[in-house]
Amino acid sequence: MNPILVFPDPPPPQLAQLLDLGDHMWKAVGNSSIAMAQAPEGGWAGAIICADVDPEGAFGLCRLLRKGDAPVEGVLLLISGSQLAELEHREDLFDDFCLTPFHPAELEARIRHVQFRAGRGARPAAITTYSGLEINTETYQAAVDGRPLDLTYMEYELLRFLVTNPGKVFTREQLLSRVWGYDYYGGARTVDVHVRRLRAKLGEEQANLIQTVRSVGYRFGQSRWSKTVS
Amino acid sequence: MDRHAEYVLRTVEERGVRFVRLWFTDVVGAMKSFSITPAELENALVDGMSFDGSAIEGYTRIQEADMLAVPDPNTFEMLPWRGDDAPVARMFCDVRHLDGSEFHGDPRTVLKQNLERARERDYRFFVAPEMEYFYFKDEHSTVPLDDAGFFDLTTQDISSELRMQTILTLEAMGIPVEYSFHENGPSQHEIDLRYTDALSMADNVMTFRLAVKEVALANGVHATFMPKPIAGAFGSGMHTHLSLFQGDTNAFHDTSDEYGLSKTGKAFIAGLLHHAREITAVTNQTVNSYKRLVAGMEAPVYVSWARNNRSALVRVPLPKRQNLEATRIEYRAPDPACNPYLAFSLILAAGLRGIDEGYELSAEATNNIFEMTDAERHAADISILPTSLDEALDLMEGSSLVREALGEHVFEYFLRNKRNEWDDYKVQVTPWELTRFLGNL
Repeated sequence: MNPILVFPDPPPPQLAQLLDLGDHMWKAVGNSSIAMAQAPEGGWAGAIICADVDPEGAFGLCRLLRKGDAPVEGVLLLISGSQLAELEHREDLFDDFCLTPFHPAELEARIRHVQFRAGRGARPAAITTYSGLEINTETYQAAVDGRPLDLTYMEYELLRFLVTNPGKVFTREQLLSRVWGYDYYGGARTVDVHVRRLRAKLGEEQANLIQTVRSVGYRFGQSRWSKTVS
Repeated sequence: MDRHAEYVLRTVEERGVRFVRLWFTDVVGAMKSFSITPAELENALVDGMSFDGSAIEGYTRIQEADMLAVPDPNTFEMLPWRGDDAPVARMFCDVRHLDGSEFHGDPRTVLKQNLERARERDYRFFVAPEMEYFYFKDEHSTVPLDDAGFFDLTTQDISSELRMQTILTLEAMGIPVEYSFHENGPSQHEIDLRYTDALSMADNVMTFRLAVKEVALANGVHATFMPKPIAGAFGSGMHTHLSLFQGDTNAFHDTSDEYGLSKTGKAFIAGLLHHAREITAVTNQTVNSYKRLVAGMEAPVYVSWARNNRSALVRVPLPKRQNLEATRIEYRAPDPACNPYLAFSLILAAGLRGIDEGYELSAEATNNIFEMTDAERHAADISILPTSLDEALDLMEGSSLVREALGEHVFEYFLRNKRNEWDDYKVQVTPWELTRFLGNL
């Protein structure tokens, strides 16, 4: 996935921290020519432009991003309350804005919103694959090496959750709350039962994709820390 | 419509399913089924499908014939033996009255009600049955597959191949298998299912019986769950492992006890032993079942418990040292011809009664029991399981526990149906009698 452009370089520390915590891929640029020169193939995945320190440079960069051959979508402007009047007649240069000093939760929500509107980022890919296993979240279907898997709804939900979080270890309680929901009655044995059913349906070759981590829980696929040979 | 139902609709569309079979069970444990097309499915999931209940054993009288089958979307599975050309799927149903109210003649509903009683006490009931059955050449004789003289090797391979095919079919349907092996009898096999909650397992037992028979049929042989098809050979049982969980805690386990059993576990066993004779008509529901429950054939006869005695009625398997939480008890009376919904209901009810009333567990059985005379056993207060369906029905009829757990409707019908079976049987003149008496009397 391509990075989001962030201006200026370096960005305000609170912004950098928020982007890292939100698992966003981003790159800071100091001016328009660097933004042009360093644009990744396929273009920037969006932009977060701080206009409160250097408004001229900021709006100039916005114009460049919007008016080029391949306009960047998902441009979010950070401005101070006293600058609101400057937005007039510049509505085409950005998709949304957020006032500084920003509230982290609000900014995060706005980033996700413009990313979603731009058709990138937060919306998960419809098809996730892992080692011959394929999950299509639009059709609710799963397949191993092209062979469709016949899953019940909860088996599907459990597999989808695991496949989209490969390498991470989850406790039974975590799986229960994330996949079944907190209101589920039954306890951690439910997770064991479903994992065993999933392994049975995955078949011998793929059954060990779901690994038991002794006295902790389960992990899908290789550990994040082990070196994999593909 | 909930997300489970939506998922079913989506899958039917994506996979091009042609028919969806709606499965339910009559009072004596026979599977009933009717098919609907995908066009009817949404309606079925929301409102249920009506059908004529008067033709189903133990359901309704003629004047209140129409019933409603409401599919449980959690049980949606493709039927592997139907292939991919015109895929067929199935769902188990709860049977209801036309107005949507609970129908007490439906065994699945009866089990749900008993599980609800356990849930009121914060217990969740897990079971794992060991399913035994025979393969025969056809359904008219007891010619085994692997007793065929000089083709032994080849024919034994056929029978093991059948078992492997069956296991793959079961696993594809989300029924995990723990062990499988060739049993003692000729052509007798055992497949042990991995534990799950009692409702899913009762559904699984129904599916298992069908899957075993379908695979056998596809290979031109017959599989049977008749409890005792061959006189002189071991019969087929359905030893059932039981555990109760309270949250994530095994309620039967206590590390400090010499048997690893908690007070709850002991009271459950005591309840099971106390009421064992009353529930046998249901766990062993055919005339033929009682030909299996005889001494010397590794079948339980005496109402007793032990850690390591294969003739005891309740066995407490020693958990592996690294897995103390696996504490469970094994009830060895049931046979695979039972109605699993009703059998699990009564086993649970008997155990819960023991817990509720704080029954004391008697001493562990020693081998001596089997060497004692009847008088000695009587003096030691060791009772014997009923030796015929007739006796079992008498014991059941006098049991308030069974009446309560099954509900009036099933209780009355079951007794009536099984009394008829006994009345039919008792007027038969058997080949044994002819051989024994025709010539010399």
